[in-house]
Amino acid sequence: MTAPAMSQTEASETYVSDEAARAEYVAAARSAAWRRRLLPVGAAILLLVLWELAVVVFQVRPFIAPAPTAVAATLYAKFGLLIGNLAPTATEAVSGFIIGNLAAIVIATGFVYQRTAEEAFFPIAVMVHTIPVMAYAPILVLMLGNGLSAKVAIAALICFFPTLVNMTRGLRAVTSQQMELMRILSASPSEVFFKLRLKCSLPYLFAALKIAAATSVIGAIVGEWIGATTGIGALIIQATYNFDSPLLYATIVVGSAFSAAFFGVISWLESHFLKWNVAQSG
Amino acid sequence: MSQAALKRTPEAPEASESPAVRLHNVTVRFTTERGAVTALDRVSMTVARGGFLTLLGPSGCGKSTLLRVVSDLIPATSGEVEVMGASAAAAREARSIGFVFQDASLLAWRTALENVELPLEVGGGAKHRGARSPRELLALVGLSGREKAYPHELSGGMRQRVAIARALVNDPKLLLMDEPFGALDEITRDRLNVELLRVWENTGATILFVTHSIYEAAFLGQQVLLMAARPGRVREVVDVPLPTPRGVEQRETPQFVELTAHLRRVLETC
Repeated sequence: MTAPAMSQTEASETYVSDEAARAEYVAAARSAAWRRRLLPVGAAILLLVLWELAVVVFQVRPFIAPAPTAVAATLYAKFGLLIGNLAPTATEAVSGFIIGNLAAIVIATGFVYQRTAEEAFFPIAVMVHTIPVMAYAPILVLMLGNGLSAKVAIAALICFFPTLVNMTRGLRAVTSQQMELMRILSASPSEVFFKLRLKCSLPYLFAALKIAAATSVIGAIVGEWIGATTGIGALIIQATYNFDSPLLYATIVVGSAFSAAFFGVISWLESHFLKWNVAQSG
Repeated sequence: MSQAALKRTPEAPEASESPAVRLHNVTVRFTTERGAVTALDRVSMTVARGGFLTLLGPSGCGKSTLLRVVSDLIPATSGEVEVMGASAAAAREARSIGFVFQDASLLAWRTALENVELPLEVGGGAKHRGARSPRELLALVGLSGREKAYPHELSGGMRQRVAIARALVNDPKLLLMDEPFGALDEITRDRLNVELLRVWENTGATILFVTHSIYEAAFLGQQVLLMAARPGRVREVVDVPLPTPRGVEQRETPQFVELTAHLRRVLETC
């Protein structure tokens, strides 16, 4: 809690209600918000136009770099194919996200109550995390086969670590005075967990979930590169080998759009459930 | 409600005889990386029911430790601790104790009203629902209309008011306050001091109030317990000769000036 925030709330009580001044303030805030939204959109359009011009002016051949209009045309023409390949990738990413994060939350809870387990296994978790996904992905494909499960496992593993670290830290982010308060109230261990620790950990958990939303899609795509006939990863490999750059680019657009949407859903959940969190609302 | 009444009656007759707090030869020792520390050294004291005792002393004199022994947060290494005629643990389980911490220790995800309701939700606290509703208690501490505000939307003084309302929700017989206004500016602190005296008169609770401000100790307490540091021990108990109810103007009376001068002289030798 910073000093300015405190004095601001203190002062807000002394303001006399002034409709005109308030309307002016709201209008200024609204135009600032639109400015924040429109500026990046404008910049993106500008970059696309420059790209299109560069392709036309320098006569770049389509398989080296397709023009944005060519990518857009492919997106439209092959929309069914693209969505058909997004479905398995999305399934793998979301399943891996759920499994990896649930496992991390459960193990973090265990760590908080069993310090010995944390001291024994946390360093191992750190070591596993330092192995690059490209290195362990083939191992998982060998173990679990060419199907869905290997990709889900890769996505789960890639989500697991950031959530484990953050959740462990979040469950411990309880002040000693809050613990003393719970003791004075004779709170049971489960009440301390659900009413205090779990709530304290939510900002930490959501920070990890937002990272995991993007990385789970990466995990699924990497899994598909190793061996798959469908999916965004498989389509990327096929389009590259066929020098079908417009399809390659369109595939990337669909993959990133899904990642962004997944991230957006988690962010929305965060703003919905953590209205109280100063970092979010302030 | 009837259950709570039944539960309380048996202890009432003999309990009314006993003081609110009685410590006899209480010693508390900690082991730290720099060796054993004696936080409290053979401390004996009593606080009568309905009394207001302020604990004053230099840092490290064991004021906070004393409150934590009374509230069963820290066990006494040796000596006797009696709260409301029973052990500290029994008093805690019977919800006879309310505690206000130095930082308000509100739960950030709960509104002001929900924070005040917390004691009714955990540890079977609903059985010890006090005579007042959480809403009335927020009104008592001057926060009507801010029930739905989250802690980050409240000023430091307001947060501490919520913490006081929360400590009162089980209608405790004993209120322990650990430098509750230490982090506030002087103007807010003065205002809250006056309001705390009003709450004290209103609830009839016994209050133990830790402070490092001489003026606060003298203005609030019926008695001031002066403590010395290393090891933490009782130095002197001073009766405050000011009449009640008190107002800020009493700080300018000769008695008050004399009292604070005395407290200062004793503190210098602690």
